[in-house]
Amino acid sequence: MNFLRNQLDNLKRPFAKGEKWERFAPAVNAFDTFLFVPNHTTTKGAHIRDAVDLKRTMVTVILALMPALFYGIYNTGYQHFIQLGTPFTFMEAFVHGAFKIVPMIIVSYVVGLTIEFAFAVYRGHEVNEGYLVTGMLIPMIMPVDIPLWMVAISVAFAVLIAKEAFGGTGMNILNPALTARAFAFFAYPTYMSGNKVWVSEAGNVDAISGETILGTLAAGQQVNYSLFEMFQGAIPGSIAETSTLWILVGALILIATGVGSWRIMAGGVLGAAVMGFLFNLWGANALMSFNWMNHLVAGGFAFGIVFMATDPVSAAQTTKGKWIYGILVGIFCIMIRVFNPAYPEGVMLAILLMNVFAPTIDHYVIQSNVNKRKKRWATSQLKTA
Amino acid sequence: MSKGIRTRKGATISLNGEAEKIIKEYTSSSSVAIQPDDFFAMTPKLLVKEGTVVEKGAPIFFDKNKPEIQFVSPVAGKLTQVLRGAKRKILALVLTPEGDKAVKHKTAQWEKLNREEAIRLLLDSGNWPFLGQRPYGVVANPKADPKALFISTFASAPLEVDFDFLLKNNKEEFQRGINFLSKLVPEIFLSAEASFGGFFENIENATYVPVKGQHPAGNLSVQIHQLAPLNMGETVWTIRPEDVVNIGVFLETGEFSAQRTVAVAGSAVGAPQYIKTTIGTQLSELLDQAEVDQNLANRYINGDVLSGTATTENGYLGYFNNLVTVIPEGNEYRIFGWLPFLDNHIPSLSKTSLAWLFGKKKFDVNTNLNGEERALVVTGEMERVFPMDIFPMQLIKACMTGDIEKMEALGIYEVVPEDFGLVDYANTSKIEAQEIIKDALTLMIKEVG
Repeated sequence: MNFLRNQLDNLKRPFAKGEKWERFAPAVNAFDTFLFVPNHTTTKGAHIRDAVDLKRTMVTVILALMPALFYGIYNTGYQHFIQLGTPFTFMEAFVHGAFKIVPMIIVSYVVGLTIEFAFAVYRGHEVNEGYLVTGMLIPMIMPVDIPLWMVAISVAFAVLIAKEAFGGTGMNILNPALTARAFAFFAYPTYMSGNKVWVSEAGNVDAISGETILGTLAAGQQVNYSLFEMFQGAIPGSIAETSTLWILVGALILIATGVGSWRIMAGGVLGAAVMGFLFNLWGANALMSFNWMNHLVAGGFAFGIVFMATDPVSAAQTTKGKWIYGILVGIFCIMIRVFNPAYPEGVMLAILLMNVFAPTIDHYVIQSNVNKRKKRWATSQLKTA
Repeated sequence: MSKGIRTRKGATISLNGEAEKIIKEYTSSSSVAIQPDDFFAMTPKLLVKEGTVVEKGAPIFFDKNKPEIQFVSPVAGKLTQVLRGAKRKILALVLTPEGDKAVKHKTAQWEKLNREEAIRLLLDSGNWPFLGQRPYGVVANPKADPKALFISTFASAPLEVDFDFLLKNNKEEFQRGINFLSKLVPEIFLSAEASFGGFFENIENATYVPVKGQHPAGNLSVQIHQLAPLNMGETVWTIRPEDVVNIGVFLETGEFSAQRTVAVAGSAVGAPQYIKTTIGTQLSELLDQAEVDQNLANRYINGDVLSGTATTENGYLGYFNNLVTVIPEGNEYRIFGWLPFLDNHIPSLSKTSLAWLFGKKKFDVNTNLNGEERALVVTGEMERVFPMDIFPMQLIKACMTGDIEKMEALGIYEVVPEDFGLVDYANTSKIEAQEIIKDALTLMIKEVG
């Protein structure tokens, strides 16, 4: 370890303050701090600090994403072979999926991190770890057969427009990963919806039935999957969104570590359940009478509410605000699903919409605190007057 | 007795090196200093030149903005050195004790004094700077009309002292000090840890407040917030328990009392213990007494690990603190230290570490930052350690932008930097909250006053 440390210190010498490559120090530091937590000590404020830092937090989110990702990789192969009708083993399905998905992850990280590093050098601050999660999320919510160059452009759009234009990590209004998906969704609709995009290499098969559940419903047809199948996740859909079971495992990791807000998740489930139930009572068409429990396990709702809505930067930041925000995400998600057949899946747009409104929610929560204080001031002045 | 305070937010960080409950006397120090920075936002103006011999209790400087507030020498001796920093700012007035001459005041008739005369006596005798004032945490303004005086004997920060033990031989003086101070304010609130109030429970002329909760429940801001929240334009005064005793001793003897009982604690201390000494004593002598190896790279802190001031082994005891903490510096690398659930020897309030599984275990800590400063991302973690009806993150952001109106609306009048000690500690982004609040308070004093 000491040997490695010394080598690194030697390598970093030209990047030190006042040296030739000083400008590029953030890029080098990003690699260095990946290997070693630096030897920085406190100089002001509290003399001791918690073990937690942003790297640890972000890595915890990535850990939480792993179950859904691995299942997504398997499910990609599974859907492919099922449609082909050829027999297959678990490994074959997994390898098929991995060949599809790993390149997407690599493209996402390379493009996104390049932009992040460039901005860090340009702005002279350290590289923030936020993109580690965003870069993993983006491929996980794409259809499997989307061309890699589209992934690259979506990533570039999300990082440049949704994040860096607002000032970088911590300043963005919209969730960058969802922005990437929304960009792809509206820019390349033929690759992002329909009945062929959800199964890998579906173009090679003639009689494909790879429609998502919500797509089927929107088209007014009957759904052939049981509640358990939807929950377990062997259904067509974006790569990692299908298995509510494995997403729940991730949710447990997020809640147990306190990294993801359980209030937002609980609020979202509550909002969606109530809205779904109300539509059940109304029951004017197939989408409305789609059982409210099915709504919770179908489509991207679970993935969205666990991993996207809980993004602390774009969500509401106050405790009360988190409840309101979560509930509204749930309500709007089901509402968009039911009322907007052009967009069978409502969770993406519901979260983006609420991202925009999150500061407004917080404003009113904070304002009520401020008003309470000002009221107290007013009564005290009455007393002294 | 008040019905008490109970806070549910906050945290206990259990550290090794708690001071053993023995008090040793150490009064023969060879160097004593007063550091003007111990009085927030005060600009000192010297009354004596370097080399002058002063009596104990003789004024040596005063506050440029409030000339009636003067600061006196804690010992009889010679002003040997005026340490100055950038822009000739006075860092410390170093005195070498010699002789035992002291300024005498007439205090025998103190019970008959009215409010003005009592204030006059404190000002003249140099006891006034013991009184603090909220908002801002500055030395009290003698012209102010405070709605109450607050004393917290519940020191909740890590390794903090037990005031009931520390003042066990000063019960009489404490009561006398309270009796005198009750002339200045309509009400005195005296708080103590709820499970054990000690002799404070039986003090007369003060409202006893039992406080239950984790740090920062013992902080005055938290207690003021609950009992008499500060509105715009209002003030309350504060005083530390041992300074009540100092005033009590002064009333009896007529001489300025500079008693300071200090716990030397922390994992780098060989024999952590209480030492009874004088305000401003040079630390190296106390550290020898407590068996600190001064050749090691240690962090010497005037105060607790969360809100204290860093100094060196040759530095001086702060004016107000009853605690000196010594912990090892942490300038070392940790390979892959960012992996969650590893390095559980570092205490953590986050569940991304397994440190919480150890329950009541006491930790050794060092001064490593455990990461680097980042943008504010994680939400909710500051609120968890901030037991006031104030939004800490929003207040910090308002302070960073210097938006005075917003700061007022969000509650800047009710906080002082120390309340953000745990916020500093706990936040993922390593934001220096105390520093931000301190700068904001300086701005408030300048702009609003």
